[in-house]
Amino acid sequence: MSMTDVPAETTLDASAARPLRVDVWRRFKRNRLAMLGLVMIVLLVLVAVFADVIAPYGIAERSSSFREGPSSEHWFGTDTIGLDVFSRIVYGSRVSLKIGIAATSIALVLGLLLGAVAGFFGGIVDTLIMRLTDVFLSIPYIVLAVAIAAFFGKSENSVILVLGLTGWLGICRIVRASFLSLKQLEYVEAARALGFPRARIMFGHMLPNALQPIIVYGTIAVGSVVLSEAALSFLGVGPQYPTPAWGLMVADGKSSLSNAPHMLFFPSGAILLTVLSFVFVGDGLRDALDPKLK
Amino acid sequence: MPSYIIRRVLLIIPTVFLALSFLFFLFFTLPGDPVNLIAGGGDRTIDPGVLQRIEERYGLDDPVPVQFVNYWKRTATWDLGESYVDRRSVNEILGDKSINSLRLATWAIIIEIVVGISVGLVSAVRRYSLADRLTTIATASMSAVPVFVLGFLLQYAFAVYPNLHDWPEWFRMRTSRLGPDEWRFFFIPANLEQVRYLILPAVTLASVSTALAARMTRGSMLEVLGADYMRTARAKGLRERQIVARHGLRNAMLPIVTLIGIDFGTVIGAAVLTETVFSWPGLGSEIARSVIARNIPVALGLTLVVVLAYTIINLLVDLSYAWFDPRIRLGQESSK
Amino acid sequence: MPVSDVLLSVRDLHAGFATDDGHVAAVDGVSFDVHRGEVFSIVGESGSGKSVTAMTILGLIPTVEVSAGEIVWRGRDLLAVGEEERRKVRGGEIAMVFQDPLTALNPVHTVGRQIGEMARIHEGLNRKDAMVRAVEMLDLVGIPEPAQRARMYPHEFSGGMRQRAMIAMAIACKPDLLIADEPTTALDVTVQAQVLDVLIGIKDEIDSAIILITHDLGVVAGLADRVMVMYAGRQVEMGTVEEIFYESRHPYTLGLLASLPRLDDVGDEPLVPIKGSPPSLIHVPSGCAFHPRCRFAQIPGLCDSARPELRLVSGDAHLASCHYAETLEDVSIETLRSSADPDELLDTVSDP
Repeated sequence: MSMTDVPAETTLDASAARPLRVDVWRRFKRNRLAMLGLVMIVLLVLVAVFADVIAPYGIAERSSSFREGPSSEHWFGTDTIGLDVFSRIVYGSRVSLKIGIAATSIALVLGLLLGAVAGFFGGIVDTLIMRLTDVFLSIPYIVLAVAIAAFFGKSENSVILVLGLTGWLGICRIVRASFLSLKQLEYVEAARALGFPRARIMFGHMLPNALQPIIVYGTIAVGSVVLSEAALSFLGVGPQYPTPAWGLMVADGKSSLSNAPHMLFFPSGAILLTVLSFVFVGDGLRDALDPKLK
Repeated sequence: MPSYIIRRVLLIIPTVFLALSFLFFLFFTLPGDPVNLIAGGGDRTIDPGVLQRIEERYGLDDPVPVQFVNYWKRTATWDLGESYVDRRSVNEILGDKSINSLRLATWAIIIEIVVGISVGLVSAVRRYSLADRLTTIATASMSAVPVFVLGFLLQYAFAVYPNLHDWPEWFRMRTSRLGPDEWRFFFIPANLEQVRYLILPAVTLASVSTALAARMTRGSMLEVLGADYMRTARAKGLRERQIVARHGLRNAMLPIVTLIGIDFGTVIGAAVLTETVFSWPGLGSEIARSVIARNIPVALGLTLVVVLAYTIINLLVDLSYAWFDPRIRLGQESSK
Repeated sequence: MPVSDVLLSVRDLHAGFATDDGHVAAVDGVSFDVHRGEVFSIVGESGSGKSVTAMTILGLIPTVEVSAGEIVWRGRDLLAVGEEERRKVRGGEIAMVFQDPLTALNPVHTVGRQIGEMARIHEGLNRKDAMVRAVEMLDLVGIPEPAQRARMYPHEFSGGMRQRAMIAMAIACKPDLLIADEPTTALDVTVQAQVLDVLIGIKDEIDSAIILITHDLGVVAGLADRVMVMYAGRQVEMGTVEEIFYESRHPYTLGLLASLPRLDDVGDEPLVPIKGSPPSLIHVPSGCAFHPRCRFAQIPGLCDSARPELRLVSGDAHLASCHYAETLEDVSIETLRSSADPDELLDTVSDP
């Protein structure tokens, strides 16, 4: 009997034949919060790209009304020096996305490299890198951030550096743990026995299998970077006027809470929605990538 | 095991040494001259004689490596120097601020443990219920609001607004600074007035970590609820509540203990935002202020304590693992 | 056997659960009785519904929905009584031994505490007396130095010891029925026999019946009184162990037997695997669920159009669900092996 007329083949579970990516997307799609997050992120990116078209005023374009509430002229009202809050929030999406993505990328690259090296080589290299993360974890993050920000000056780019240089610790530990367990697997041992170059084993063979938690972590990290930027702005070491950073706007709005609450409300809302979107998408990805938790 | 504990305790020394040394050099390379600051600074021109006397007094004319050695010599004898701004001894500043920080941190952690764990548990046991969905959204939102925004809102809603509109006295919370500063057993407010001052900053400081604890408890508990031994417990004829309490909880606790331990370690130093919003005179805001103002002795001295607290609490958390999970033998590193 | 001896009676049980891909009919119309003191074995491949059947008796899987049927335990339908009454049955009257003792025992409690907990729940013993009971039970299942062992944690036990401890836990309240779900699958071959001996020895000691769930016909042959074979959530054959092994009337049972090496094989008999693989329980084949893999199937015909009823095929309680059960009377494993297509055969022995 030839293999082709084994009828049981046709009754195999349909899921076995579907590629993983389709399955992940299918599970992700069913998570309503995650889809909502994804839609909001897409919207945010569109707003950032078309900010010039959307924003009715420039970021430093003063009007004659100060601290006015929302009106047909100024949808989100104006601030203490007469700037249009809506326009600044629209342009601010660029700042937030830029800082979020750039800082997360720096953190990912650092964390991946150090974590992979620590987990792969083990021994003294591992010990040194782990001690290094211990040292940096023990320093209150905000001290480090304020000090580094003071060092590089107060600007968007220094905020990116600060958050990138302080954000790699978690990723480093995750990658190290995955590499430690991956190292035991037979295909990695086989690749080593065959004398493949180390870099190729680490980044060609092991990294793809360690990616899932990193993707999830990275997604959520973009959101927390946006939050941290707000905190730095609040402490006065973030980007400076006239940069339309949301955190800066919130910090400005705090003193006008009783007579101009919109100054606090709208930029806070923008931060909240952005961070939430990344958290929801990250959570959705985690559930979709790891179906056994479902 | 004792040798493991000794090794871990000894490891605290290089960690703290490296952390503080790093900060020492970082602070010294910051732009801005501390001598100017001590002299009353700004951009005013100051008599060179005064500047020279200051440099000598604080040893600022020595090369940085010499200053570095001197710094550690003094620190080793727990002499943390004096503030560049008002010449107060850093040890004294430390005493005041750390007590305030510890009080606030203790209450924030109590809120985190009680609220975070119970909300997470209910959410896991009643998975997909309305309560669970609301919790998911609420905890996500909680960790997405900038802490200081939450602080402002609470301040406005429970302190500013009720005071403006003459609400009943018992409903008005206080804001800004410590209040009467009267405590029993070190951290229990001695009177209602003290509670009014404590409650808003404590809730604000606890918000993010409580949300995280709830999320983590839920996740960890869900994983445990699906475990084989939970089915065994059901097959024994235990009631659902007993199954969760006797067989689920302790297994689910390990990651949560880690989280709360780390939170306690970080919350002491990381309360900057909350302390700033409520003018709570704690370590975090004082450190941030000192760094920004280049008040190096205060920044280094207070940070030293925060780093020490963090590393010691971390050690205690690690040691507690062995109690929570008998499979863990101290000293044998497992790949986590 | 007299009717009064019936302990458990399962009638036309339908149970299933929802998955991403659709509804899984895990148990599809199963009926059987378990009598006092007997070893009743449920045999099938993984996914045949045998474990779900067992778990459903105790109501252990919350996601499984029972859509029809009765589970009558000593005159009460367990599906109709309240949760509290059902809970008392669990452990106290019907106890379960699980497949993998490493994951089925709680890692953070001592073995003694977990065994004693059974007596604390059902007999209200205090902590101290429960520990005494636990030590007794460990002794009964043949664990040396039971008093010391009771204070140890599951990870400090070997695999075989853990399964003995699991059995000790199950019998702590002298249940009338023990359900053992693949009790030896997770163990080393060398200790499997020991654990089975303990299980059967205990049965006589406390006078209980056993439902033994396994995919291993070898285990069944030595221990069971009666056997039920399941395929794709359905019963395909049920009878005494002799009837199943020597007068099988279902092609699936025959296939299983022919795929196994036997003690009386001289050495050069080939093993005949069943071609294909078990069907998905979401898309069960039409008619007889086994027809796509059946070498006797008449296609097109009854086999792929009508679902065969379980009916009496010989003796007074030998049931099979095959349209052509009668024609299988003369088919033995030997004929099956000798008539098989040579391409399908597996050589058993390297030395001809």
